[in-house]
Amino acid sequence: MIGPSVKVDPEGWRSAIRTLAEGGTLTALWGEPGQVRMATLGESHIDIVALSCPAGVFPSVGAHHAPAIRPERAIADLYGLTPYGAQDKRPWLDHGRWGVRRPLGPSEPGEAHGPYAFLPAEGEGLHQIPVGPVHAGIIEPGHFRFTVSGETVVRLEERLGYVHRGLEGRMAGADLARAAQLAGRVSGDSTVAYQLAFARAAEAALGLEAPPRAAWLRALMAELERLANHLGDIGAICNDAAFNLMHAHCAVLREQVLRAAERAFGHRLLMDQIVAGGVVRDIHEDGRDAIRAAVGAVATRFERLVALYDDTASLQDRTVGAGIVSASLVREFGAGGFVGRAAERAFDARKAVPYPPYDQLAFEVPTRSEGDVNARVWVRIEEVRQSLGLISQLLAGLPATPIRIRLPDEADDVAGAALVEGFRGDVFAWVGVTEGRVDHAHLRDPSWFQWPLLEAAIEGAIVADFPLCNKSFNCSYAGVDL
Amino acid sequence: MSVPRFLAEGIFQPALTEPAPDLSELGPAFAAATQKRLGRSLSIRQVDAGSCNGCELEIHALSNAYYDLERFGLRFVASPRHADVLLVTGPVTLNMKEALERTYHATPGPKWVIAAGACAIDGGLFAGGYACASGIETVLPVDLRIPGCPPTPTALLRGLLTLLRQ
Repeated sequence: MIGPSVKVDPEGWRSAIRTLAEGGTLTALWGEPGQVRMATLGESHIDIVALSCPAGVFPSVGAHHAPAIRPERAIADLYGLTPYGAQDKRPWLDHGRWGVRRPLGPSEPGEAHGPYAFLPAEGEGLHQIPVGPVHAGIIEPGHFRFTVSGETVVRLEERLGYVHRGLEGRMAGADLARAAQLAGRVSGDSTVAYQLAFARAAEAALGLEAPPRAAWLRALMAELERLANHLGDIGAICNDAAFNLMHAHCAVLREQVLRAAERAFGHRLLMDQIVAGGVVRDIHEDGRDAIRAAVGAVATRFERLVALYDDTASLQDRTVGAGIVSASLVREFGAGGFVGRAAERAFDARKAVPYPPYDQLAFEVPTRSEGDVNARVWVRIEEVRQSLGLISQLLAGLPATPIRIRLPDEADDVAGAALVEGFRGDVFAWVGVTEGRVDHAHLRDPSWFQWPLLEAAIEGAIVADFPLCNKSFNCSYAGVDL
Repeated sequence: MSVPRFLAEGIFQPALTEPAPDLSELGPAFAAATQKRLGRSLSIRQVDAGSCNGCELEIHALSNAYYDLERFGLRFVASPRHADVLLVTGPVTLNMKEALERTYHATPGPKWVIAAGACAIDGGLFAGGYACASGIETVLPVDLRIPGCPPTPTALLRGLLTLLRQ
């Protein structure tokens, strides 16, 4: 369950910080004009607190709970709200290129910054390797600063923000339809997860629930998205271990899933399908058969690819024991998805904060304990199997109800939150609505709490293992740059 | 379970590869001009200038067995110094503007710029904000636009092939 947002004073805010520092989990921390809000995860409920910041400052969460450091830097850049007590005061999203400072808060003309101060690493014979923002492959832009001793990585520091599009600023004032389009483009590979998170948060704000058939169609799309992404990732990870046979076969299976999605819903990646109140179109009449055929083909061929992965010593040699993230770090950061589940954190929003129709479906949440690249591959493999089973259940049980309900015309100053499970992990959404328009929305990508762990995973490894580790995380750049 | 079984299957299965897309409706004069310069091969450097990564997913798909873009003499290269074409996505975030310009200047002439996707063409949903330019054209000269959100692999292939053929 997700509780309503509760206004607190600085002491109440500090009490929430203490809970986090004593082993709690941060779900999201975000800014709004003049206030900050924080969502924390309990056993099976999420608590949200809001702190008004009349003086433009708030007690730093990051000073006591490391996962909050980057969200706080983003809040300072966008809203001009300063976390006092924070150690890392460097800008994060603001690269000094916008011509404006604090664009969503008390803004003023801005100038170019000096060079970004990377964290130091000192010692005899150390040198730095700068990589990006433009990378060699077809991937999103970001900068990685490696400090190495010979081949060994002493420190990796990520510098992101290159694809900051000002998404929260575009959301504010948008009507619900346009805001849903924007939500579907936070991170294109998770468009269904974001559309769903946004729609469910808006529905929570308006006090309604989408009809059953809409919920089932949404879940069908979400599982197709998970399936396609995991197939792509499994192949791409093997490709980075010089085993492109797996990549070629996985890419064929992924393409078959995307083609089925297009036949069923009219869009390969399933953009612009989900809105507050339901879904925009029903499954095409031959969509069910197209999905069944694709799922059948994947189910048969995938098991043989799994055996190939498991039987190939050269692959195992690269993936086993590489890029280990400890269970304690995963727990501290509340890392979701395959990054968390590969290191014992079994959290899955579909089970922990259940939403329809997952409470009526049979599936399991696979976990491993090793926390290495191999474990992240195996979690994906198991999740492909689970999604195949879920898709069959969803196709067999689609309820015969309307697919969309009308939204109430008048709803003033209401707000709602939602947590849904994307392929990468849990996506959190907060949406405030007034008269059919969004006053403020925050969409939190799972990568916020996974990117920092990549820095830990590569420490002590060799530079050549970075692409493999990075691919096994497959964090979103657009999702955190916003 | 073995690799030979995969290979043996290939004998009995039809090819997955799609036929080349029909290009008749696209600018033949432009294509003729580029073909004269480039012959039948093209090296492409992709630059993400602020996309949501949807475009990148479909650009990746061009290399799968269905689209197999290398059969047309098209290939992706790692360095702009090896490229004939920059395939650019996203509205151009201001945080990426300089990196895009530097990539363009590192590309030897003659060179072509393709704006791929709705954001790249005019900024799409992000046009006019504090953080973005309104499309590639506001930063670099653009030779070809491929619409779509994201453009399908077929649309991308058709666009790329107009640079090579009539």
